[in-house]
Amino acid sequence: MYYIDPHVHMVSRVTDDYERMARMGCVGLSEPAFWAGFDRGSAESFRDYFRQLTEFEPTRAASVGIQHFTWLCINAKEAENIPLSREVIAVIPEFLDRPNVLGIGEIGLNKNTPNESTIFREQVDLAMKTRELILIHTPHLKDKFKGTRMIVDMLLEDTRVEPERVLIDHVEEHTVRVAKEDGFWCAMTLYPLTKCTPARAADIIEMYGDDRIMVNSAGDWGPSNPLAVPDFVMEMRRRGHPDSKIKKIVYDNPLEFFRQARNFKFTPPDTVRDEEHVHVK
Amino acid sequence: MSSPLAANAVLDRVYLEIRARLLDIAASLDRVSRAGGPESVELDPRLVQIAKGIDILSSGGLDRAERIQMLFSDPYVAHWNRRENRATNGAAPHN
Repeated sequence: MYYIDPHVHMVSRVTDDYERMARMGCVGLSEPAFWAGFDRGSAESFRDYFRQLTEFEPTRAASVGIQHFTWLCINAKEAENIPLSREVIAVIPEFLDRPNVLGIGEIGLNKNTPNESTIFREQVDLAMKTRELILIHTPHLKDKFKGTRMIVDMLLEDTRVEPERVLIDHVEEHTVRVAKEDGFWCAMTLYPLTKCTPARAADIIEMYGDDRIMVNSAGDWGPSNPLAVPDFVMEMRRRGHPDSKIKKIVYDNPLEFFRQARNFKFTPPDTVRDEEHVHVK
Repeated sequence: MSSPLAANAVLDRVYLEIRARLLDIAASLDRVSRAGGPESVELDPRLVQIAKGIDILSSGGLDRAERIQMLFSDPYVAHWNRRENRATNGAAPHN
């Protein structure tokens, strides 16, 4: 089954991971800007990082037939540094018209601090001014519920924000309704230990439906599996769900959300194009 | 979008996994008890939370996973966003 991984940090993965993902059916992915594993010292280092996301990673992906898309931001962890964050926010517009840029992300909260909230609001403001989609990072573990509620509060307080153009990521059992009930898109990250498993993600979809929801691997610096989306596909098949339902979650839903982006151009794999032609006939 | 499988089929699939995870939890708690100075952690809030989590497991319902998530979550503070509260939490005004 072809799939799109809507949240995976390929800068932290080796090229072999791209190959494995392609072999398992990945035809597209989106890579949000995130923490480098250390706190960066200057806005120039972010400019270089944005170049990596918009120039180098797309070529690495293309070598195995994967279409690479990206998001730009100052991440929630480094947002604690307000002066640096504002310098980085000023750099972002230089890259927004690059062909693989989907919007502003992944912005959000980390430890739910006032500084993080300030910079979150300023990046939402940027996204509204430039008409970008927004990808949201919700905090980990004990901070997740409180932080998700705070994020939704801040999004709803800005009347320019259209919920259908916002994707709230890393939702789990106690935050999925917080995201969906106000009309946002949401996604579950299939990440051992600190986030969701393929089985729990399948449970959540069985309980809350398959509209406006996705799954991703968020392949990251920590223990993570860039093939987690195929693991989810397998789990859903084992439960007897038809491929048409599974494809909706791992392929159609990401495309539906990304198609709202100004720059989004995606070439479906041949098999999907053939299916479309048959349908037209 | 409910599961296509009947309850007995689900149980067939998950029984050994549940058994293995219960063993992991039991072994981990034994490890804590065997370690030096177990009395020092008797009242550790983390062990209290774990005990409450086990109580949740033993209860019925369809929302045990969500209740355990909330058990291990910081509470949401209503009205955190009010301007008069921002002087306390340090958040800068939006405008």
